[in-house]
Amino acid sequence: MSKYEAVIGLEVHVELKTNTKLYCGCSTAFGKEPNTQVCPVCLGLPGSTGVLNRKAVELATKAGLALNCEIETYTWFDRKNYYYPDLPKGYQISQVFRPIAHNGYLDIEVDGRNKRIHIRRAHLEEDPGKLTHSGSSITTSHSSCVDYNRSGIPLIEIVSEPEISSGAEAKAYLEKLKAILEYAGVSDVKMEQGSLRCDANVSVRPLGTSTLGTKTEIKNMNSFRAVERAIEYEIERQIEVLEDGGEIIQETRGWDENKGITVAMRNKENPDYRCFMDQEIAHIELTPEWIEGVRATLPELPDARRKRLIEEHGLPAYDAEIITSSLDLAEFFDAVYAEFPDAKTISNWIMGELLRLLNARNMELFEAKVTPKYFAKLLELIKKGTISNKIGKEVFEQMFETGQDPERIVKDKGLVQISDEGQLASILTEVIAKNPKSVADFQSGKEQALGFLVGQVMKATKGQANPGLVNSMLRKMLSQNNSG
Amino acid sequence: MKLLNMSLAALHRLLKEKKISSTELTKEFLRHIQKAEPNLRSFLTITEEIALRKAEETDKKIAGQQPIGILEGIPMALKDNICTEGIPTTCASRILENFVPPYDATVTEKLKEAGTVLVGKLNMDEFAMGSTTENSGFYPTANPWDFARVPGGSSGGSAAAVAAREVPFALGSDTGGSIRQPAAFCGVVGLKPTYGAVSRYGLVAFASSLDQIGPLTKTVEDSALVLNIIAGHDPKDSTSVPFIKPDYTQYLENNVKDMKIGVPREFFAQGLKPEVQTVIEEAVRVYEQLGAQVEECSLPHMEYALPAYYLIASAECSSNLARYDGVRYGYRAKAEDMIDMFTTSRTEGFGQEVKRRIMLGTYALSSGYYDAYYAKAQKIRTLIKEDFEQAFTKFDVLLSPTTPTIAYRLGEKTDPLALYLGDVYTIPINLAGLPSISLPAGFADGMPVGLQLIGKHFAEGILLRAAYTFEQNTEHHKKIPAWLEEASKNVF
Repeated sequence: MSKYEAVIGLEVHVELKTNTKLYCGCSTAFGKEPNTQVCPVCLGLPGSTGVLNRKAVELATKAGLALNCEIETYTWFDRKNYYYPDLPKGYQISQVFRPIAHNGYLDIEVDGRNKRIHIRRAHLEEDPGKLTHSGSSITTSHSSCVDYNRSGIPLIEIVSEPEISSGAEAKAYLEKLKAILEYAGVSDVKMEQGSLRCDANVSVRPLGTSTLGTKTEIKNMNSFRAVERAIEYEIERQIEVLEDGGEIIQETRGWDENKGITVAMRNKENPDYRCFMDQEIAHIELTPEWIEGVRATLPELPDARRKRLIEEHGLPAYDAEIITSSLDLAEFFDAVYAEFPDAKTISNWIMGELLRLLNARNMELFEAKVTPKYFAKLLELIKKGTISNKIGKEVFEQMFETGQDPERIVKDKGLVQISDEGQLASILTEVIAKNPKSVADFQSGKEQALGFLVGQVMKATKGQANPGLVNSMLRKMLSQNNSG
Repeated sequence: MKLLNMSLAALHRLLKEKKISSTELTKEFLRHIQKAEPNLRSFLTITEEIALRKAEETDKKIAGQQPIGILEGIPMALKDNICTEGIPTTCASRILENFVPPYDATVTEKLKEAGTVLVGKLNMDEFAMGSTTENSGFYPTANPWDFARVPGGSSGGSAAAVAAREVPFALGSDTGGSIRQPAAFCGVVGLKPTYGAVSRYGLVAFASSLDQIGPLTKTVEDSALVLNIIAGHDPKDSTSVPFIKPDYTQYLENNVKDMKIGVPREFFAQGLKPEVQTVIEEAVRVYEQLGAQVEECSLPHMEYALPAYYLIASAECSSNLARYDGVRYGYRAKAEDMIDMFTTSRTEGFGQEVKRRIMLGTYALSSGYYDAYYAKAQKIRTLIKEDFEQAFTKFDVLLSPTTPTIAYRLGEKTDPLALYLGDVYTIPINLAGLPSISLPAGFADGMPVGLQLIGKHFAEGILLRAAYTFEQNTEHHKKIPAWLEEASKNVF
């Protein structure tokens, strides 16, 4: 047992799904030519003044409600002043003093243990532009380019309380957070497109003590898995430093994915952002009725859906957790269930085959061609005994790639299960004749010898024989032989 | 009446009746500008070609028997912190020397739509910080009444240009008195509208919670006509207020009978020059004779307005001016690395006064000092607003001198604090967001003295009526500098 415990807080930036930017009418579309979606406002040109995007306020409210936060009825924007080339005004318009949402929580489950992680605050702010360096960083590059397409895109920054204790918990928190925001429809939450970004504050302290240790801030993590690994590494690193009698330096560290280590980026000497109330963006006044109206638009969220799958469909908690971890998957499940109401079989196939293939091909569900309708049809074919489970897996792979009708695949490839006793009898006779030793073993009471014989039949039929039928026919034929 | 001295209404009549074309009118003013500029230097940019093209448009309309708007075809100029698409907008700063905005300020757009003819951009104190126009990063402007004196500031170019009849009207901006003080020093009418009455979109921000654009004109009537064009809600500016814009000319009534005028005693305290006080006291008598009820009153927190203002305005400017970092536009110094580029560009690009205020504001917002300075200044701001609210339960308008002194000599004031004290009567009005007008009230030592009237929020109407009545019953606004008598005689 370690003598230390880790204290981790996460700061997650999430892009809100608006068509236009936070303070101007420029498009937020991803992946456009650099500096083509800009105007005097998001370029911070002299004299320009911004106007708040109503939709962003609505989505931020929705996010806050989905995270069980209290929503402020009166709030405003503040300026965070600092110099960086991606920040066209020399300040970021954010909410420092009164975030739109605060005091929320979400529940995670790690190793079968439930834990509630509180959310300190969620506030609205604008994204800066995006820097690209000719070298590895702005200080070592000969030149750097700035793309202000991203400048002014609305973000919410969600700050957790430092209640996370491990990399695994951090990963679970992020997965749950992503699912909630995705369900609520406030963000695309795509880490690879930068619509979800996460920084971690990590410190350790001796078990049983309550004062916080010096923390480091970890950046540059590009996947949930990276967050988990970086935190685990950082915890070990800090413990090692302390064990060696050293001191933790408060600093920002970058995660090096290839080397699997964190590296000091810069000392953080408590930068003074000289925050003060912005005088140009209108203040936000929300009525309780309006907030309740937004609450009414919230769809069923992951926890509720998970509960429904367990209680109404009798799914094990583990299955329900996985299926509800993404909205796409949960919707897929429901669509299949509508045609083939056997929850456990569906969940086995989703977890066993669908997710296996998605992971293997590094794909998202929406990229796979298989439809819920054909998925249900495949399960139906197996249930009716038209094809075996094993053949079903083959058929599924093809459906996954092509989106074809499973019935058609089965027909075209001649994969229909052989359930004709006459047809099977001759094959069985042949197998029995060829394997006298196994037959003798079985007859002398070695039950597993039957399995071998069934296997030989399956091999001879290229897997098309109905295994249940083969099993019972073999038993019958061998006991007749014995008595005869 | 000679052309250069004519009111906007008179110029409009001449154009409408085809007694003169907009092109002829524009050329006349451009000629006068050429003559006056060597002494005055009110302009930073003269846009002759653009002006003549615009004038031609109006002339075509007139020739085609189309009706023209009241300001259509009339020349004007803008303070150089108001954005003009395709025309340099420098804020009189080296750091923006090469900056050409790709867009028009809302007021620029409105004046364009009204058909006015932009003849150029006017000098100012750099980023509107100053009260003499000596802080221009390029050159100082002279006072038309005495070339050895300053025109005031920061809209010194605007006030001087109107006073010297280089343009029939100009726009300025007022953060702490920057329209009214130069109007007073140059003997013209300067109106600072209610905060939120005129769009700030495209006005290069100095202190966002205080800045407001307004007209500088020869008469109160002209002021109302320009305000008619530039005022109104702008969806592009969140600080612009959705209000029902009246026709301001309807308030031009020669009548102050029973109008209640308060005279705050704090505006006659130490620092007020006796010769200025004499002129203002005479103005009070004029109002009394015209039937107004004039009474002394008190705004008890005024003594804290000046320090509060310099903290708030500087704090805001330290943030608003952060964007001039050499990255995207404006001056970029040769530098070794990123931080060096930021630092050197700003060190070389900004003038002394701007740097002084950026440092003051940065300090005031720094952690550990925020509560003692910025937060406290905001509290004082609230008290000052309440003082005015209290006074306006009793009075329709408040009356004071615009400035404690007449225009300074060029180079006379070198102590920044002494200059800040010169804004003591104008600053409280910005802190409270109130409308206020300065109009010619007489002369002291041969230099103009300004009378300041202050109204309730969005009570520009009653201000204009009070100012108009004074003007109709006095002759001060008709006087022009001696050298101009000749110039205005020779034309038309």
